[in-house]
Amino acid sequence: MIHNRDMITERPAPKSVIGPIAWLRANLFNGPINSLFTLIGLYIVYLLFVPSVQWAFINADWIGTSRDDCSREGACWVFVNARIGQFIYGLYPSEETWRANIIFAGFFALIAWLAIPRLPFKRWVAIFALVAFPVIAYVLLHGGYFGLERIPTNRWGGLMLTLLLATVGMIAALPIGIMLALGRRSDMPIVRSFCVVFIEFWRGVPLITILFMASVMLPLFLPGDMNIDRLVRALIGITLFQSAYMAEVIRGGLQAIPKGQEEAAAALGMTYWKRMGLIVLPQALKMMIPGIVNTFISLFKDTTLVMIIGLFDLLGIVQAALSDSRWLGFSLEGYVFAAFMFWVFCFSMSRYSQYLERKLHTGHRN
Amino acid sequence: MLNKKSLVLAVSTGALALASMSNAHASTLEDTLENGEVRCGVSDGLPGFSAPDDDGNWQGLDVDVCRAVAAAVLGDADAVEYVSLNAVERFTALQSGEVDVLSRNTTWTTTRDTTLGINFAGVNFYDGQGFMVNRDLGITDASELDGAAICVQAGTTTELNLADYFRANDMEFDPIVFDTSEQTVGGYQAGRCDVLTSDTSQLAALRIQLDDPDSSVVLSDVISKEPLGPSVRQGDDQWFNIVKWSLSAMLNAEEYGISSENVDDMMASEDPNIARLLGQDGNYGEGMGLEADWAYNIISQVGNYAQSYDRNVGMDSPLQIERGVNALWIDGGVQYAPPIR
Repeated sequence: MIHNRDMITERPAPKSVIGPIAWLRANLFNGPINSLFTLIGLYIVYLLFVPSVQWAFINADWIGTSRDDCSREGACWVFVNARIGQFIYGLYPSEETWRANIIFAGFFALIAWLAIPRLPFKRWVAIFALVAFPVIAYVLLHGGYFGLERIPTNRWGGLMLTLLLATVGMIAALPIGIMLALGRRSDMPIVRSFCVVFIEFWRGVPLITILFMASVMLPLFLPGDMNIDRLVRALIGITLFQSAYMAEVIRGGLQAIPKGQEEAAAALGMTYWKRMGLIVLPQALKMMIPGIVNTFISLFKDTTLVMIIGLFDLLGIVQAALSDSRWLGFSLEGYVFAAFMFWVFCFSMSRYSQYLERKLHTGHRN
Repeated sequence: MLNKKSLVLAVSTGALALASMSNAHASTLEDTLENGEVRCGVSDGLPGFSAPDDDGNWQGLDVDVCRAVAAAVLGDADAVEYVSLNAVERFTALQSGEVDVLSRNTTWTTTRDTTLGINFAGVNFYDGQGFMVNRDLGITDASELDGAAICVQAGTTTELNLADYFRANDMEFDPIVFDTSEQTVGGYQAGRCDVLTSDTSQLAALRIQLDDPDSSVVLSDVISKEPLGPSVRQGDDQWFNIVKWSLSAMLNAEEYGISSENVDDMMASEDPNIARLLGQDGNYGEGMGLEADWAYNIISQVGNYAQSYDRNVGMDSPLQIERGVNALWIDGGVQYAPPIR
């Protein structure tokens, strides 16, 4: 018997198993019916894609300052271009936008610092972001101190206002939500019933109703000389509404932690707050990331509802721009732009949450 | 439409007692002088009446009323704090003192004037339901519309007015009813009807949004009364007078031919009407707590009514709404301001 002791040299897998053609065959054309559906699908994509690209890019007008510069054959991005300042800062005076720019820069820098794991001093940066930064942002944006011109909140708007509403809503709602969730699971009857009533009330009414109450009814109940800023009213409404949702997401996470964890911690002699803060919540919060981010994203989009109480968020300012008689009839461009901006922010949040989930993954996932 | 109205009524009247209690502070004029700004409620965007321009400044016919009041009171037309209000909250905002003037294309009706605790200070635009027709049809008058197919929005007073008008004039029509105003325009554009009906100020804005605006023309006939005007809280007659006479000053200025361009030359005019308006003969601002140059400030900074009209909704604007009933009484319209003397 002859044994060939030489190894057969490695050969690449046949073309029919790997590579793009094989992939196509396996996924798109693995039978007559699937092939047919693939072709129909491609045709539909073609039907939608070609006119959109033609409208948005090929026939579009990019340069100019007024509606006369638009041929109306494709999109008129001149409109968005002329209004971009308003879409970002609202009616904030243009010579003061440097103040908003500083806050924008600080905001994104802080988020980046906290989001990128390699950077040091996370704790101090977080404390700065939560305590000092809001104060700085208020002083700089609102003015009235240190010789800065006072700019009332009804001139704030656009993307700036959307981000402000969403971030304040998110950051303020999280601790309130944690407290409510813990309260709802508590053994103390008064605390528990208060939390249940609070959550069920705020969750049971639509956000639009809350905003209307805040803007239409509340002023009538306040004494004559007392006028709470309408932005503050909206912020309080959004925060309370959001915290009720947040509480239920967090309660879901708390319930997923086996009871043994808390019992074991209790057996070690830990107090309630230590058990929660060191054992239960860290594990629970990790599992809640998809839920929390989901609530964040929905809040980010819900902020557009402030439009109905006369605040010009990103969508509101686009609509206001559309009612300028010099720019009538460019609604498609305006809405496409607003949709794109919202998509960018929501998609980034979603991607970051997926990254965070992978990073914190410690074996709870199946 | 009805629901919205009754909601406004319920909210407003229900809380009126509270609102009137809260009005017991200093006079609106004193507050305004102290703040240095007139707080003015405008719409959240209505073509030609109030909308922010490319630079973020509010522009429009309603906005000019705010600016006129600011010019009269503070001598600076830019000293206005604009609060954008939607249809539901506008009256509450006025009652609760969040704004001091409401200039938000609000129709002057009995119910609003008598039950909401507000006073209408005049009419800055006589709106009314009108018709837009295809230019090719060659129609120039609403009486020629017998037998026309008319696009109209469902469930609005527009639909009701339309039926009333045709019945009253013994004419036939074929209503093509749509749910929203976009659909109505779409139906008109697609040729489902020959005529589109809505308020004239809206027709002008809808016309621009057509693929070919020049193919259609808005008839000058109107078939309903929609007088739009600024309003103030009840209980402060001085402030009511200020707003009323700010508007009147713009109309009087047009009548006497005073515009922002020639107002400085007019200061030397011998005409007693002009001299009185511009504060050269007597001080007619005194009774309102204003300076003698109150009307001069309005005219020089905001302009007369014709200038404001042309700039915002008239022939110098994209909307191109003809003066029609909004012409002065001497020109065959109904804009008639009481004399200043």
